[in-house]
Amino acid sequence: MLRVVGERVGHLLLVLWVVATLTFLMFRLMPGDPTLNFLSPSFNDETRTALMRSFGLDKPLWEQYLIYLGQLLRGDFGVSFLQNQPVSVLLWDALPNTAVLTVVSLVLAYAIGIVVGAFLAFRRGSVVEAFVIPTALATRAAPEFWLGMLVLAVFAFGLGWFPTGGAVSPGGTIGGVWERLFSADFWWHLCLPALTLTLFLQGLPLLLMRATMLEVLNDEFITMAKMKGLSRWSIVMRHAARNALLPVVTAFALGLGASIGGNVVIETVFAWPGIGRVLVGAVQASDYPLAQGAFIMIAFVLVVMNTVADMAYAWLDPRVSVGARK
Amino acid sequence: MAGVAIYGVIFAAAVLADRVAPYHPTEILRANRRIARYLPISGDFWLGTTSSGMDIASQLIHGARTALQVGLTAAFAVVAIGTLLGLLAGYLGGWVDKAITRLADVVLGLPFLPTMLVLASLTRPGTGIVVFTVTALLWPNTARVIRSQVLSLRERAWVEAARVTGCSNARIMFVHILPQVLPLAALYGSVAIGWAILAEAAASFLGFGDPASMSWGVMLQDAYANQALSRGAWNWFVPPGVAILAMVLAGFMISRGSEKLLFPKLGDT
Repeated sequence: MLRVVGERVGHLLLVLWVVATLTFLMFRLMPGDPTLNFLSPSFNDETRTALMRSFGLDKPLWEQYLIYLGQLLRGDFGVSFLQNQPVSVLLWDALPNTAVLTVVSLVLAYAIGIVVGAFLAFRRGSVVEAFVIPTALATRAAPEFWLGMLVLAVFAFGLGWFPTGGAVSPGGTIGGVWERLFSADFWWHLCLPALTLTLFLQGLPLLLMRATMLEVLNDEFITMAKMKGLSRWSIVMRHAARNALLPVVTAFALGLGASIGGNVVIETVFAWPGIGRVLVGAVQASDYPLAQGAFIMIAFVLVVMNTVADMAYAWLDPRVSVGARK
Repeated sequence: MAGVAIYGVIFAAAVLADRVAPYHPTEILRANRRIARYLPISGDFWLGTTSSGMDIASQLIHGARTALQVGLTAAFAVVAIGTLLGLLAGYLGGWVDKAITRLADVVLGLPFLPTMLVLASLTRPGTGIVVFTVTALLWPNTARVIRSQVLSLRERAWVEAARVTGCSNARIMFVHILPQVLPLAALYGSVAIGWAILAEAAASFLGFGDPASMSWGVMLQDAYANQALSRGAWNWFVPPGVAILAMVLAGFMISRGSEKLLFPKLGDT
């Protein structure tokens, strides 16, 4: 097992390095001079070269690459062009907001999805099923930001129950991470974005849970449990559901990585100050260091969660032998 | 069947857009000598008008064109590249297989929307970059499935027979094995259409769409940016979303339906 973990971690580092390199190439080799967006044409050549030097853009490409890798290892993403603050400070400020939004929504979505999915598998072919499955599919087919717009139109503009965007009420200040977590205002602002994301995410665990439950319910040990005269509830929840959970757990880890990146649109709709919105803002303003930092952070979370999902699967289900999967 | 019907309607709308749509999608209309802003649903304007006096129904009909264009090109490219690489990896094995699998791993490590945003901002925003990103990031899913299918097919007796009669590797791959995996590839294609349309909508919504063409994503962005929500202009922001939803859902339904037809053994779980 230890050797397998080592192998996976090695592979993970390799993928991380390739992703970091790709990002570097993407940002440096694209047509267009990054300084043109930043420097006003009124600067004379001297100021321009001085600024180029301060961002290290005058050095040959390979040297820039080595400096870049070295900085990444130290968690240094450079200085934002526009906000004149270290990128890492801006990112660490936004990351908790994204993390809270993602984790809350995912946990809700999976809790709902697992229970409803298990229930549906048990009530196969019922009227409830004919109604719930198309609905679950439809929420997966709808654009996330449009779901967000509907939620906004109903609960914020229509009924006026919730704020229309942001993470603090006007006049309030956004404090440190702990301050945020204990502020009612913060959670109140979280409701609508989290509701939207939950709606969007619940389809996958629901359908997955139902499909694997149907498979498990045909297994012999379920027949055995029925013969022992156990109650239906006990059979579904204590015997079948546990075994059907495996793929759902993997999907959860994958979903965590994927939705940190996918939150880009939801954070934009609700003006939620998370990392996706930082990326959109930086990209729109051609703030390359900030955009690059946000992009790398999102990609790293995704890659790490992919590996975690892989390992969790092998660990939870001993029938899957990791070595033989190649 | 419902899926096919939805596609039929969208296809008809796209082809006949110029005849069916009552107005030009970006024409600024007037009613009672004033610009027809925020009009509700009426006989003249089937779905009302936007904040700048454009007809929503016409925009919706013309949007079908962009959706079909983006969806079909991207899906075709995903299926073509995914099938080719999956076929090569599965049949040839060895270092080819290793290289392709590693490449797929790396691509799966790139977050979808952020990559599209960065690429769009570094080049020229437009539908081209959307199609490119969808292709570049979605082929691994198809390739993986095709690869595992090919792995089992290549051991079959008829492939062995072809090899014994002296067929070249290329002939075995493209004449003997390819037709066997095409249905599976088509299945992934119908899902990729949906992904491409969702991606286009998200890109347009974030301001990286093609400013020249009218798409459902552009309509939603326009509505969001011009207070359609606070004004309660449901007739403006609901239809484009429903159109996207219907088209993506149709892709799901077709893939599920064809799954039942093509692989009856799977049962209908």
